[in-house]
Amino acid sequence: MSYQPIKFYQTGTFTVGNRLLPPEQRSVQAQQKRYNSLNSGHRACQGCGEALGARYAIDAAMEATNGRLICANATGCLEVFSTPYPETSWQVPWIHSLFGNTAAVATGIAAALKVKMQKGERRHIRVVAQGGDGGTTDIGFGCLSGMFERNDDVLFICYDNGGYMNTGIQRSSATPPAARTATTPAVGETPGNVFGQGKFVPAIALAHDIPYVATATVADLRDLEAKVRRAMELSGARYLHILVPCPLGWGFASHETIKMARLAKETGLFPVFEAEHGEITAVLPIRHPLPVEEYLKPQKRFAHLFAPRLRTDVLTRLQALADRNIQRYGLLEKP
Amino acid sequence: MMDKPFAITLDPGSSLANRTGSWRTFRPVYVDRLPPCNAACPAGENIQGWLFHAESGEYEAAWRTLVEHNPLPAIMGRVCYHPCEGACNRQHLDAAVGINAVERFLGDEAIRRGWRFSSDAPPSGKRVLVIGSGPAGLSCAYHLRRLGHAVTIDEAAAQAGGMMRYGIPKYRLPRDILDAEIARLIDFGIELRLNRKVSDVLAAKAEGFDAVFLGVGAHIAKRAYIPAGDANKVLDAVSVLHGMEEAGPPLLGRRVVVYGGGNTALDVARTARRLGAEEAIIVYRRTREKMPAHDFEVEEALQEGITFKWLSTIKEAGEEDILIEKMALDEKGFPQPTGEFERIPADSVVLALGQEADLSLLQNVPGLSIEQGLVKVDATMMTGHAGIFAGGDMVGNERTVTVAVGHGKKAARAIDAWLKGESYVPAAKHELATFERLNTWYYSDAPKTVRPVLDIIRRQSTFDEVLGGLDEGNALFEARRCLSCGNCFECDNCYGVCPDNAVIKLGPGQRFRFNYDYCKGCGICAAECPCGAIKMVPEEI
Ligand SMILES: Cc1cc2nc3c(=O)[nH]c(=O)nc-3n(C[C@H](O)[C@H](O)[C@H](O)COP(=O)(O)OP(=O)(O)OC[C@H]3O[C@@H](n4cnc5c(N)ncnc54)[C@H](O)[C@@H]3O)c2cc1C
Ligand SMILES: Cc1ncc(C[n+]2csc(CCOP(=O)(O)OP(=O)(O)O)c2C)c(N)n1
Ligand code: SF4
Ligand code: SF4
Ligand SMILES: [Mg+2]
Repeated sequence: MSYQPIKFYQTGTFTVGNRLLPPEQRSVQAQQKRYNSLNSGHRACQGCGEALGARYAIDAAMEATNGRLICANATGCLEVFSTPYPETSWQVPWIHSLFGNTAAVATGIAAALKVKMQKGERRHIRVVAQGGDGGTTDIGFGCLSGMFERNDDVLFICYDNGGYMNTGIQRSSATPPAARTATTPAVGETPGNVFGQGKFVPAIALAHDIPYVATATVADLRDLEAKVRRAMELSGARYLHILVPCPLGWGFASHETIKMARLAKETGLFPVFEAEHGEITAVLPIRHPLPVEEYLKPQKRFAHLFAPRLRTDVLTRLQALADRNIQRYGLLEKP
Repeated sequence: MMDKPFAITLDPGSSLANRTGSWRTFRPVYVDRLPPCNAACPAGENIQGWLFHAESGEYEAAWRTLVEHNPLPAIMGRVCYHPCEGACNRQHLDAAVGINAVERFLGDEAIRRGWRFSSDAPPSGKRVLVIGSGPAGLSCAYHLRRLGHAVTIDEAAAQAGGMMRYGIPKYRLPRDILDAEIARLIDFGIELRLNRKVSDVLAAKAEGFDAVFLGVGAHIAKRAYIPAGDANKVLDAVSVLHGMEEAGPPLLGRRVVVYGGGNTALDVARTARRLGAEEAIIVYRRTREKMPAHDFEVEEALQEGITFKWLSTIKEAGEEDILIEKMALDEKGFPQPTGEFERIPADSVVLALGQEADLSLLQNVPGLSIEQGLVKVDATMMTGHAGIFAGGDMVGNERTVTVAVGHGKKAARAIDAWLKGESYVPAAKHELATFERLNTWYYSDAPKTVRPVLDIIRRQSTFDEVLGGLDEGNALFEARRCLSCGNCFECDNCYGVCPDNAVIKLGPGQRFRFNYDYCKGCGICAAECPCGAIKMVPEEI
């Protein structure tokens, strides 16, 4: 765990705030005057996990850098719902890039800022690049890997909602196996997305031995904020991969967004960990272990696993993936 | 327009111009739901409310919130059977919050620190007579005083407290605690006249009182006919326990048999052990499961070496023994004689078969009616005679200190209304905060703090208090186990989890407000509120 959980009672650090904690131990999101880097009036769907995750992360980065931050943003829902010309929800210097080149744009900004600082024209300003899973794990992957291997001073944040949501829910290389998308329909013997394809980019980022790699979800705010804070303490290439459930694309009720993220983590399907210089340093352990069905069943994208007939065979394979994560990352170990 | 960069025709704007609140089909609203503990408390305490202050270590604020409803927390914290804990939602997580233990801590803290009652109600000019200084009378007097009325208590006994003094033994309620809480009430400006037995309520009222509250309890022991030889002592529980306070401990002998299955039977048996009896046997005609006494009391008695004869009735009491007949439960669960007898040695028999009220002071009160030995009262605790109210053991069969305190409070409010020529309408109750309303993910895992129990040997021989109390550290811990069911405790979750920043944080103690200009009605706030204080209601579209 990347932060010291508060071991006193009532809600400890599970809730966003806690009136019983001294102010310095409270979360960024609990501040009465918080940054709200992504402001109201954006056009994200009701209950959008990506809008929430982006505010959580960028507010934390603003806090960590004292507001000296520039964001580069790949296209995708996050960009489209926040910045339809000529208005924007961003309250942070923010630049739109293309779908696939955000990491490179951020690298360029970081290089320019470095020169300006050396010339004494600017104080130290940090750079964040952000995009969806499509913009990160698929089309943006070349630029991203380049940014990693050059160890450019950029924090890249991927908001993973498991598909190309902005263009109508197509499969990406982050779409989980068996999930139905517009391009992986629930038909045939192995309905939905194919097993054995796709990639888990945090593990690939880890293989670049960069200073910092972490995963997080919108269900564990304190963990997410601590990871952004840690990332901003370090320089060089850093990667944060946040699971942000999408009510529209996954097919669950808009009030269940955080619950979905929590279930993904508690079932072990989404491992939450952090690593420095290629070594895993901490995991967020599972608190109440649950079978994968608990996570899959409320989502329409997995409905074909439960009706017209129960696909125990597919569920077994998904459970095996969760078990592998639990094993690989030690998710059931007590901290 | 012309000095804009290439391809730019509009000024940049903020998305705040986009009122996404218009998307909403459901709107979240903050509600206060009734916590199950509060709903179960016979004295109507706002338990969640006082725990809220205790959680932050503000014990005086907690105590003041507590005494808005119940003036006897140190006593309650010892003798109340805490139905609140039986209702507590936390029992479905690990174990109920130790509400009673925290209450006792606050009560003791108040005594230690000398906290006093206060009221800013202007004097009403009305005088109320309270008859009886048991918990019903004390509670009624206190609440009347808070409302600005002048109160006089007439008490037949030499000391105040009713059954809290002459019934409940010291090892459960030390007398310095009782004295301190009564003294605080006197100090609040309540007049107490001891050794004044009222024999005619109307005559007493005529001495310048505008209303009367009756809280005379039930002090006449019920008897059962048991043929007894001369030498055998057959006593009743009420006089044995009363004697402990005044005449001095009664001589019970080495082998004491107690007849009955209620709390009083247990208290007498445990008292007998402390007075030196080698054997204290409780004879009861039904089974342990059917016993009206609480299970934890039976458990404590067993630990102290008290023995039980279940399914037995006493047929006769001889010089050195008694004859008991075995019973068997019939198909309806009623005990029936079996014709099987047994003799057990006994020096004395104490009957603990319940009490009846002495209602002689109520003869010839027009309108007032008595049914099966109980005074009939309406929903506002008023008897059939206007201006005469009653509560506590004399009006019902649910006889506890807490019920009596609740009756006293309710009657005081009704008397207040009656004196103003109004009728008392209790405030509407909030919807219950059931366990299903909670999102328990957010609560830390925390087992209950167990109160220390004096070790067995010490307990058997002395009248020292049996249960110990919490100290400041574990009282805080225990208070923080409260889930704050149905009532916002400012955890900031709604404020944090809204993807549209549509929750406005108003600052410490001020809670939150929704910004309906931007709330899209996704319902995440309601789903993630740990304590169920947000409700989604359909928009009228
Ligand atoms: C042994 C024993 C143990 C108990 N243990 C518990 C316990 O652990 N927890 C619990 O909640 N309850 C317990 N109870 C029950 C509880 O004590 C009673 O329900 C409660 O005291 C009733 O309160 P009250 O005010 O109605 O009457 P009482 O407490 O009986 O007070 C009535 C008062 O009125 C006075 N009085 C009567 N007639 C007159 C008159 N004519 N004029 C003036 N004064 C008069 C009496 O002297 C007495 O002081 C116990 C009872 C007994 C007997
Ligand atoms: C080069 C290019 N190809 C295709 C598109 C169309 N396009 C815009 S957003 C998007 C999907 C974005 O998916 P993801 O990055 O996962 O973000 P999400 O919308 O899911 O948050 C696509 C395909 C584009 N803008 N540019
Ligand atoms: S489609 Fe999904 S990611 Fe896009 S705005 Fe809607 S909820 Fe958010
Ligand atoms: S958790 Fe707290 S508010 Fe809820 S029932 Fe228990 S004591 Fe009452
Ligand atoms: Mg996506």
